[in-house]
Amino acid sequence: MEHLEFFPQRASSIASTIDDIYFVWLGLSAIVALAIGALIVFFIIKYRKGSSSPQPAPDDPAHERAMHRIEITWTLIPLAIFLAMFAWSTRAYYESVTVPPDAMPIYVVGKQWMWHIEHPGGQREINELHVPLGRTIELVMTSQDVIHSFSIPGFRVKQDVLPGRYTTLWFKTTRAGDFRWFCTQYCGTAHSQMIGRVVVMDANDYSSWLVATQTPGSMAELGAASFRQFGCSGCHSPNATVHAPRLEGLFGTTVQLQDGRTVVADERFIRDSVFLPNKNVPQSYQPIMPSFRGQIDEQQMLEIIEYIKSLQSVSQGVTQ
Amino acid sequence: MSSVSLGHQENYLAADFRLWSWLTTLDHKRIAILYTVSITLLFFIGGSAAALIRLDLLTPHSELVSIETYNKLFTMHGVIMVWFFLIPSIPATLGNFLVPLMIGARDLAFPRLNLLSWYLYVIGALFAIESLIAGGVDTGWTFYTPFSTLFSNTHVFAAVTGVFIAGFSSILTGLNFIVTIHEMRAPGLTWFRLPLFIWAMYATSLILVLATPVLAMTLVLVTVEHLFRIGVFDPALGGDPLLFQHLFWFYSHPAVYIMIVPAMGVASEIIGCFARNRIFGYRFMAYAMLAIAAFGFLVWGHHMFVSGQSAYAGTVFSLLTFLVSVPSAIKVFNWTATLYKGRISLEAPMLYALGFVGLFTIGGLTGLFLASLGLDVQLHDTYFVVAHFHYIMVGGAVMAFFGGIHFWWPKITGRMYSDRWARIAAIVTFIGFNLTFFPQFIVGYLGMPRRYPEYPPEFQIWNVLSSSGAIVLAFGYVLPLFYLFWSLRHGPRAPSNPWNAKGLEWQTSSPPLPENFLRTPVVTEEPYAYATQRSSDG
Repeated sequence: MEHLEFFPQRASSIASTIDDIYFVWLGLSAIVALAIGALIVFFIIKYRKGSSSPQPAPDDPAHERAMHRIEITWTLIPLAIFLAMFAWSTRAYYESVTVPPDAMPIYVVGKQWMWHIEHPGGQREINELHVPLGRTIELVMTSQDVIHSFSIPGFRVKQDVLPGRYTTLWFKTTRAGDFRWFCTQYCGTAHSQMIGRVVVMDANDYSSWLVATQTPGSMAELGAASFRQFGCSGCHSPNATVHAPRLEGLFGTTVQLQDGRTVVADERFIRDSVFLPNKNVPQSYQPIMPSFRGQIDEQQMLEIIEYIKSLQSVSQGVTQ
Repeated sequence: MSSVSLGHQENYLAADFRLWSWLTTLDHKRIAILYTVSITLLFFIGGSAAALIRLDLLTPHSELVSIETYNKLFTMHGVIMVWFFLIPSIPATLGNFLVPLMIGARDLAFPRLNLLSWYLYVIGALFAIESLIAGGVDTGWTFYTPFSTLFSNTHVFAAVTGVFIAGFSSILTGLNFIVTIHEMRAPGLTWFRLPLFIWAMYATSLILVLATPVLAMTLVLVTVEHLFRIGVFDPALGGDPLLFQHLFWFYSHPAVYIMIVPAMGVASEIIGCFARNRIFGYRFMAYAMLAIAAFGFLVWGHHMFVSGQSAYAGTVFSLLTFLVSVPSAIKVFNWTATLYKGRISLEAPMLYALGFVGLFTIGGLTGLFLASLGLDVQLHDTYFVVAHFHYIMVGGAVMAFFGGIHFWWPKITGRMYSDRWARIAAIVTFIGFNLTFFPQFIVGYLGMPRRYPEYPPEFQIWNVLSSSGAIVLAFGYVLPLFYLFWSLRHGPRAPSNPWNAKGLEWQTSSPPLPENFLRTPVVTEEPYAYATQRSSDG
């Protein structure tokens, strides 16, 4: 309780734009609220009961016309302000949801009531997230159970984390330090304990942190191990006898489905293909793949996705 | 306006004193009293939950109650206040009492449906209270899936059933009002001679009838998934949890207008009367309420900007939300302009109504912050949202409800209360409300999430301020209980028109006869003809 804070720290590239929108609304609101308050007080005093100030003539046509002009004025002015603010804040929103291409992915799994973080290099954290200062970070997030939400007030970012799909959130930090992070979608008993801290470190500290927390394998290597362990490679490898789609170069391509739809092979497509194999059956393949629901957990799934992503460079186009 | 001769007839309150006569009454005025007693009881149950929440938040660690209990407290606070107080508040009490009186009718079109709707409300409320006694519910009033269907092991089913049943009470009330307003207006009472309160009830009824069935369907789907494992919302069964949010807010956003449009109607009646002026832009005010009711159905997605719905959907919902704000803004300007060249006096109902205008203005302005996509990302699910919707639903709707109760109290009970105490209560409520909720805007922008019994220490100062304000606010809400009850026995008898107000309800005795009017009134003038009245009074 020692010092009074009115505004959160600004620690990301979009924070100042969001704050500008906030300050403009604050200013406009203060003007409108004070003007209405002042008018009400003024009228109460000037036109108080028993005062001798003028009264309107009930059916004066000039008065009617003046009224219409006033009403049109106070309809159009707010409308214009609203449309301008809509355009500005929508632009800021698109900036905040469009992930820049150079972003470094970090994977997040939310579960009642903790956050699992996994870095591409294989480093794992719980309720802590270490990132390098100034680097664009993309969080690829999913939930193992209910809906959660990932919120870092200091970065002005927030995104719900859902079971059964991946949502993303990106930020570019502008100052080093520790920043609070909250779950902001109510998720049950210990919702208020599903909090963490983001540690923004300069490049040197970050490299030493990466080394200190190194694990035996990267996410893609762990994914490759799972790929073999669960028998995926039995069908999805070059020398398999079963007619199954090849996965090299699959990620990011457009896949033609049996029922005529097309889908982009993104994280969700891979996840659905493993857990709900009958949902998106690719054209010219039989729906013979078994579901791995209940056998592969969300973190292993992310590692397998990271492995399939890493197969990008080899022999393009075989999946069609 | 001379009062109608009573003859030897008893008023509606004195017609029969037996409890049975109350429980089987078909008189819209008595049903309004039944509703008033029931919702007042639930208001204080929901209010006690709020008091415990504010006490617990005095310290960063949940020291008063366990976090499980805290989760159940805010759930019960929300469920009870939204469905068992705010939604029925003005329509079922003042609306029930006043709609026939204001249009010169003997009763509502379907008196038996009206009584049935009260019983449905009571059964629904009993289910909600049962879920509370059995151990509570911890889902939040929003019942988001898959938490509510698959993960919560509290008494979700009882609470959902209660809300489901109470929904039918809303539908029946809405239906009754629509038919009554269409079919039973007195001779000469054309649509544009209707008081704005009637327009408000009409717009609200449209929402009640069109939106509530969607809530009922959604709750049935939740139950079906829970009991029979049919995948609707659960991704593990191939369902979509966002579908629940779409359906829920398709009802629950219009539900906000179910709360605030009636409040706009009440404020219009009171401000016209105590400014002794016609309502500025009367027709525009009527159209604005219909516009709000219609556009209110198209903005539900603004509750879901960070939910994972597409950015394009978010863009459309943001634009529509700004558009629906225009009629709301105009209404504030019109109430202010109604004061211009009036003859203003500040009796208690007027203080409540002006308080409503002030708090609704702040609630509306902060709604614009939330409609702004990029900014909403920061504000969503924080205390900023909590403060915003309390300014609308409590600052706006409850302030107007109290104003309406004070304005029509002499008509309903036949007694006058102490205006001095009532003015004190109005001012204390206004101050207490701002002290409670204004600090929440600040702590919200700082990032404090809602539904947190524990929070970082830097947020404590704002929470202490808010909790201190809540004590003042509680005082403002409890005070009227005393002087209003006192007036029932000791208050001076009310004349038929104590405020010298326009409107048919003031032309019959206070309290009215069971059949409302001895002769069907004939309407020959516009509503709010206060200026003409002033010049003829001299």
